[in-house]
Amino acid sequence: MAVEPLVLDDDFVPLTGAGRTAPSLALLARPRSAAAVAGVVLGRGPRGAVARGRGRSCGDAAQNAGGTVLDLTGLDRIRGLDAAAGLVVCEAGAELGFLARALLPYGLQPRTGAGGWTAGGAVASGYGAGVEALELLGADGESRTVRRGDPVFEATVGGLGLTGVVLSVTLALRPVETAFLRERTARFRDADALLAHWAGPDAPREPYARARFELAGRGRAVLTTAAPVPYGELPRGHRARRAPLAPPSFLSGLRSPGGLRPLPGLARHARVAGSYGSGAGGLGPGAGGYGSGTGAFVRYRCAVPGGREEALRGLLALLAHRRSPVRAARHARVERVYAAGAGPLAFPVRGWSLGFDVPAGVPGLGRFLDGLDERVAAAGGRVHLAEDARLRPALLPVMYPRLDAFRGLRAALDPRSAFRSDLSRRLGLQK
Amino acid sequence: MKDAFGAPQSLLLLGGTSAIGLATARRLIARRTRTVWLAGRPSPELAAAAASLRALGAEVRVVPFDALDTDAHAERLGQVFAEGDVDLVLLAFGVLGDQTRDESDPAAAVRVAQTNYTGAVSAALVCAGALQAQGHGSLVVLSSVAGERGRRADFIYGSSKAGLDVFAQGLGDALYGTGVHVMVVRPGAVRTAGRPDAPLSTTPEAVAGAIELGLRRRSETVWVPGPLRLVASALRHVPRPLHRRLPV
Repeated sequence: MAVEPLVLDDDFVPLTGAGRTAPSLALLARPRSAAAVAGVVLGRGPRGAVARGRGRSCGDAAQNAGGTVLDLTGLDRIRGLDAAAGLVVCEAGAELGFLARALLPYGLQPRTGAGGWTAGGAVASGYGAGVEALELLGADGESRTVRRGDPVFEATVGGLGLTGVVLSVTLALRPVETAFLRERTARFRDADALLAHWAGPDAPREPYARARFELAGRGRAVLTTAAPVPYGELPRGHRARRAPLAPPSFLSGLRSPGGLRPLPGLARHARVAGSYGSGAGGLGPGAGGYGSGTGAFVRYRCAVPGGREEALRGLLALLAHRRSPVRAARHARVERVYAAGAGPLAFPVRGWSLGFDVPAGVPGLGRFLDGLDERVAAAGGRVHLAEDARLRPALLPVMYPRLDAFRGLRAALDPRSAFRSDLSRRLGLQK
Repeated sequence: MKDAFGAPQSLLLLGGTSAIGLATARRLIARRTRTVWLAGRPSPELAAAAASLRALGAEVRVVPFDALDTDAHAERLGQVFAEGDVDLVLLAFGVLGDQTRDESDPAAAVRVAQTNYTGAVSAALVCAGALQAQGHGSLVVLSSVAGERGRRADFIYGSSKAGLDVFAQGLGDALYGTGVHVMVVRPGAVRTAGRPDAPLSTTPEAVAGAIELGLRRRSETVWVPGPLRLVASALRHVPRPLHRRLPV
C-alpha cells in the first residue's frame, strides 16, 4: 500500500475540547486521504494517536498529550448516495450540518440532527442513530468495514475513538417532505409540574422534545416539542409551498410565525443547530446554552434510567438549591431518551438525560459535581464520557458495568494501545 | 491527566519532607491525586511523610534525591517519569540557613545557595524536559517573598530565592505554548512552631490552598496571602535609605 508522507503543515499545537479546559500539546496531523491516515497511524510515536473531528465535545476525548492527533476534517467528501434506499456513505470528517444541507434536495435527512459535529465524531461520541456501517482503520493500518450487530461496531459507537479511526460512515436517512419543524412550547410553574406532565398519560407525542429548567430565579420550566411538517401542513402562502426542500433562509433560523423552524442540522446559528437532541431514533448531540461565551466551561451530561424519576427530581432540586454552584449555568436541559445504546461504552440509557454547562471557574464546582456523580451512579445512571473532563475514575466501572468487555475487546483489537487519548489516560481506559 | 479543574492525578514532590509540599499533597489527594512520588534524602522523616500520605489512600513511592548531587538528578528523576506521566511537579525543597552564622561561614552560605538555586535549577530543567515530552503537566516552584528585594535580615536565603524566581519566570515563558504550565508561588513568612508570628505571614495549608486554586486558574504567579503582592509592590519602590530602616 502506498503510504503518503506527512504533509508539511503538521504541527505541534495545544488542543482542548469545546470547553477549553485542560489543554495539552499534540502533533496535529491533517491527512486528506485514507492512505495518509494509515501512514500517520503506522508512524505514530510511543504516545499513540487519536482521531479528532471539529472539537465539539467538551471533554478531553480528542486530545493526546505528547502524541499524535489526526484532524480528520480534511476527509469530508460524500462518497455516494442511494436515494431510493435512503443510504448515504460519507467520510468521517463530513460535518452533519453540511450533510443535512446536501441531502435536503433529495428529501432525506440524517437521523442524528446536529450541525457542527463531524460524522465520525458523532459516532465516536455515541450518537449511533441511523448508523449502519463503519469503515474502521485499525492499529495495523488496515481498514475494514464493520456493520451494525458486530461487537466491534457496537464498541466503536461511543468508543471515544479508542477502537480505531473511523474513515467513513454509512447512514440510514429518514425522508422529509419539507425543511421545517413545527414547534410548540408549554410552560410550567416548576420542575415537578413539568416532569409529572411529561411522564404522564398526556405526554407529548412529537418525536422531538426537550425541557429547559430555570436554575436560578423562580425555577420555572419550559417544554418544547416539535415534529417535522408535512407538505400539506405548510401555512397557505408560505414561501416554502413553492420550494419545500429549499434550504431555509438565515432568517428562518429564528422563530417564524406559526412556530415553523428549520429541521435540526439545517439551522446555521450555533444555538439553534442541534437544539433538539433526542429524536425518536435516539440521542443526538446537544448544543449547550453556555458554549458561545469566551471562558472555559464544564459540560455535565448524565443519563438517568426510566423509573427513577425521583432521582432526576432530586438532581434538579440539588442543582437549583440556593447554594449550588451550578446556578451559574442558569438553565439545565432534560430530554427523554427512548432507546438505550448497544455498545459497552454507549451513553444512552432508556429514560432521561440531563445536561448543563457551567463556567469552570465557579468556586466549589468540582466537589459539587463529584457529589452529583455519586447520586447518578446510585440511581443506575451514567455520565457521558465524550463530554466529560472531570469524572473520578473509580466511578467508571459503576456507571459502565460492561467496561471490562470494552477493555477486553480493545486488548484484542489494539494490544499495544496505539489509540490513546487524554481521556483514556485520565480514566484508565487503556492498560 | 489533570481534570477540567486542574486537579492532578499524579504528583512528584521534590523535597518530600517540606511542610508546604506535604500540605499540598494532602489537599490534592482529597481531590484526584492517586500517585505521589516523594523525592528527598532518605530519612525517618521522609518515611513518616510517606506513611502519612499512604494513610490518606494514595499510592506513595519514595525516590532518593539530593538537591546538592546535581549529577544524579537526570537519572533519579528520569526513573520517575519512565514509570508513567506526572501531572504536577512541586519543587518544594530549600533551606533557610542561619543568616548570622552563614555570614561568617562562607561554605555554609554556599550550601544554602546551592540547595535553593543551583540544585533547583538542575531539578527544574530535568523535570521541564520530561514534562515537555509528555505534552502536559505543571511545574510549581516555591519561591519566597524574601527574594523580592534584598533585606539585611535574610539576604543569603533571599538571593538564592531571587535567582530561582527569575529562573522559573523565564522557564515559564520558554515553555509557554508547549502544554506545560509553570507557576511561581511566593509565600510570605510561613508560620511554624519555631518562628514568631509576623504580619502577613501564612501557613502551609494556606499555601496549599493557593496552589490548588492557581492550578485551576493556570496562574503564572501566586502570592500567599494575596495582599502580599501589593505590599511587595510598594516596598519595591521604597528608597534604599528608608528601606534599610524598615523593620521588615
